[in-house]
Amino acid sequence: MIAVDVDACTGCALCLGSCPFGAISMVREKASVDREICTLCGACVEICPDGAISIKKADIISSEGKDVLIFAEQRGGELARVSLELLGVGRGLATDCGSTLHAFIIGENLQVVSEKLIHCGAQVVHPVDLPGLSDYRTSTYTQIACSIITRLRPGIVLFGATARGRDLAPRVAQRLNTGLTADCTELSIDPVEKILLQTRPTFGGNIMATIITPSRRPQMATVREGVMELPEPDVTLTGLVKPFAMETPLEGIHEFCEVIHEKRRAVTLGKAKIIVAGGRGVGSPQGFELLGQLADLLGGEVAGSRVAVEKQWIERERQVGQTGSAVAPDLYIACGISGSVQHRAGIKGARVVAAINTDPDAPIFHRANFGIVGDVREIIPLLIAALKS
Amino acid sequence: MKIIVCVKQVPDTNDVKTDVETGRIIREGVVSMVNPDDRHAMEEALRLRQKHGGSVIALSMGPMQAKNALMQMLAMGADEGYLLCDPLFAGSDTWATAYALGTCIQHLGLPDVILCGRQATDGDTAQVGPQLAEYLGIPQVTQVRAVVEHGAGFRVEAFMEEGYRVVKVAPPLLLTVSSECNQPRYPNMIQIVQAHRKKKVTVLSAADIGALAEFSGLNGSPTRVKRVFVPAPPPKGELFDGPPHEAVEAFIMKLKEYHLVPS
Repeated sequence: MIAVDVDACTGCALCLGSCPFGAISMVREKASVDREICTLCGACVEICPDGAISIKKADIISSEGKDVLIFAEQRGGELARVSLELLGVGRGLATDCGSTLHAFIIGENLQVVSEKLIHCGAQVVHPVDLPGLSDYRTSTYTQIACSIITRLRPGIVLFGATARGRDLAPRVAQRLNTGLTADCTELSIDPVEKILLQTRPTFGGNIMATIITPSRRPQMATVREGVMELPEPDVTLTGLVKPFAMETPLEGIHEFCEVIHEKRRAVTLGKAKIIVAGGRGVGSPQGFELLGQLADLLGGEVAGSRVAVEKQWIERERQVGQTGSAVAPDLYIACGISGSVQHRAGIKGARVVAAINTDPDAPIFHRANFGIVGDVREIIPLLIAALKS
Repeated sequence: MKIIVCVKQVPDTNDVKTDVETGRIIREGVVSMVNPDDRHAMEEALRLRQKHGGSVIALSMGPMQAKNALMQMLAMGADEGYLLCDPLFAGSDTWATAYALGTCIQHLGLPDVILCGRQATDGDTAQVGPQLAEYLGIPQVTQVRAVVEHGAGFRVEAFMEEGYRVVKVAPPLLLTVSSECNQPRYPNMIQIVQAHRKKKVTVLSAADIGALAEFSGLNGSPTRVKRVFVPAPPPKGELFDGPPHEAVEAFIMKLKEYHLVPS
């Protein structure tokens, strides 16, 4: 399909003379292509000094209603890791639907990141590259996302379950009157009905639910960082970068918004090699001091389960699990943590898991390589003493 | 300043059981509580009322027993409680919940500030807040950790992966409050008794607020639960259940085996 970007077209009319078939005319001082006559020879694309005419390659014909679109998130110009993970899962879904994987990204100076998205699997990238768009603003981003989805009509739209993604996706879903499933741990296409199967842990863990959006479109879902596999970038992959032009003035672009960076958060659990984590069984903030000693001894970081955070035994930044951080250490020692589905989802990437728990039937032992059946309050001091000697 | 706080009653456990035969969640015998983040939302509302005057309404949607959650909010200090309760709302997903709450808020009158908890411990979606803001067409800030008065509006700090962002917003607006924001007060016996004596929870039906059946409950929900299942667990790891000192010794041997501590 041939398209003229009316915003880029200056009305120079060079293309008129270039067309061997006389398919181009000027309508309101902009080039207009008669698609009945056009043979997609590309002569006009080459001659246009403003790059306003494009031809979509045959292999990336948009299959309306079936395509997969992901929101690629940039933070200060850097791509969020989860966005690349979404490309990995999105590519598989698009293949199963016999459709194309699209990504849209909002910000400034997006050329380099657009290329990176293609190398990670995006077939068409739609950058919305305008001054003032670097900083996330709910109203502006919602308006842009809805415009893109309305014009592209994808069957599936995926967002990372990040601070921005969790702010944006529900707003978009409500505006488009469609379904949204949070924090999916598995996404697949039903082979018969060809609809998206969105599986997530629910009711505080231990139970999985598969959610569908039977009749509304697009089918929307969010995915936590670290849950899906990160695709290896392949620089030989090619795709189309198709800047998206907003047809309506941007809403809320001048609203005050400032991002303050905090070093404290930069020390993420995600990069720790050894993590000693505690849950309900630790019993007190003092218990966490002991875990801290053990972590120091092993050269690791201390972390907590959701229960421990809710009881304020440890700060929220150190929460591991689906609602906290996903971690991938060499060693994860779970102390007094029963191990809900959500907690286990957060330690999927751990190489070795060791557990200490009084309940021999605690789910954590099914994830653990080895463990001790016992009270952490008794075991940890013994462990510290033994490691010291 | 008129404030509405949205409250959810959630099971007080992370260990919900399912009926293996039907895949249904067993709710009988499960103790309920007010969703923890919602208590922080109420605390913030009470703080705003103290500063600006006005009233605080606690609003919940759920079964009749969710009245208990609202009574707790009244004891904390809310002026009025409203429970949206109708079989028509059963099976609502987050879209339909936002529709029901939004329709109810329009019926009660749009307040200056709507406060929600960051997320609920049962569904964990964090979606209803922003969806409600969108339904009402008002701005939102999610995962708020501090609210500071600023001119006619607020200067709000909200969680971001890099640290936090500062947003300036003016009413009407919706905030989802995280636990870092404040320390919720606990009502004393007198406040609990007073709430039961002097304050009341008004129960509203779908008809009362003019909610339409086609947008409500399971019928109005864009999503469906196709299947609920308990995943088959992988086999257990090697367990040491002997005397503590022996278990610790075996544990350290394992760490050495995996080259996680120097041997």
